Amino acid sequence: MSSEHAVTSPEITFMPEHESGTKKIWRTFWVLSFLTIIELSLGLAIYNIHQAAEPNASLVLFFKGVVCILTLAKAYYIVSIFMHLGDEIRNFIMTILVPLSLFVWFLTAFLIDGTSWKNLRHRYMDKHETEQVAPAATEKGAKD
Amino acid sequence: MSTAAQQETKWWNGGRSPFNASYGKVMMWYFLMSDAFTFGAFLISYATLRFSLKDWVDSNHVFNAFPFCGHTNLPLAFVSLMTFILIFSSVTMVLAVHEGHKMNRKGVEKYMILTVFGGLAFLSCQAWEWTHLLTGEHFILAANGAIETLNTTVSHNPWGPQASATAAINALQHSSPEVLRSLISEETHTSVESLKGLPLSDLVAKATPIISEGFHIGTAGPVSFGSYFFEITGFHGFHVLSGVVINIVMYIKTLRGDFDKRGHYEMIEKAGLYWHFVDLVWVFVFLCFYLI
Repeated sequence: MSSEHAVTSPEITFMPEHESGTKKIWRTFWVLSFLTIIELSLGLAIYNIHQAAEPNASLVLFFKGVVCILTLAKAYYIVSIFMHLGDEIRNFIMTILVPLSLFVWFLTAFLIDGTSWKNLRHRYMDKHETEQVAPAATEKGAKD
Repeated sequence: MSTAAQQETKWWNGGRSPFNASYGKVMMWYFLMSDAFTFGAFLISYATLRFSLKDWVDSNHVFNAFPFCGHTNLPLAFVSLMTFILIFSSVTMVLAVHEGHKMNRKGVEKYMILTVFGGLAFLSCQAWEWTHLLTGEHFILAANGAIETLNTTVSHNPWGPQASATAAINALQHSSPEVLRSLISEETHTSVESLKGLPLSDLVAKATPIISEGFHIGTAGPVSFGSYFFEITGFHGFHVLSGVVINIVMYIKTLRGDFDKRGHYEMIEKAGLYWHFVDLVWVFVFLCFYLI
């Protein structure tokens, strides 16, 4: 195997070493499958908790948090090994990963915003709703 | 130190790529980064709306069907199949890239066609799921106090909280005979035709025991569920479709020996980046719509 074919342009002075075997690829496949199976079993656990008369909300939240972390792990394996980003040079990795850190603000700010809407709805709309429900209940009572 | 400084100035002096990657590959990465922001914005908007509402839909209730299994309750089953199809087609894609590095045309051909089949299988699954949601009629207690049927569209959502049996039974007499006929025929397996002559009071009398025996009548849920679901899975599905088209083009170019003539299989690598990105997005769509 000559290394000439690997040079795609005179501007590129070296190519990252590519493993000759496919062991790493298959290992990543098994890791991804394993993580997905854990996610699915946690999803089914959440489903079963919801079947109960009084679902344990904090346990559901904990399981959902674990599923989120497992998803980030899957994303890491896909990007680093399948997309070979881990084989690129450090500066290049940074130009892609540093802008993505904007997501930290993006997610935090908007989820806080969503929670704020919920609180405002609770404060102003729910009161209104109970006022509307009250006469409906008496109407039903009158019919009975 | 001095050699490092010298090397650094050399990197950016022109004549070579500072990232040691071809222009096309670098730009593909930057495109994917911007696409990640597009998908991220969609998903964060969905999350914001979901955080702002007290009730959302129970995804295990919505996505519990499997082709040819009728009404069997199989939460998460079909979406796991879709996820594994996409993971597997990612593996065949990375194997194609691997064969490309070795300049093995036959290997690239084999794995590219497998990747195309994986993409088509995923799209077929999504087509089935969309059809199932769009055509599946569900009985709900509407705001006007009647029972109506609703399918899941961008403007309809029948997956709200369950109505109480008493409220549902009270609603029967306000409902249209058509809805009652389809409710009775669906649950007792009688034909709609045989119920055509019956007056409304008879239909109500037939429908009441069905509900008191535990047939669930839902309510209308937040409309934004359907809009977000179809928007985001549709946008992702469109990415899958364009990925399949790109992969077919790459397959044909491999068959024609274009990459052998060029001396490298870097195009397969770039198409692979796009295809893996599609899988990456699915990981997050799977998380946001089906798991949590």
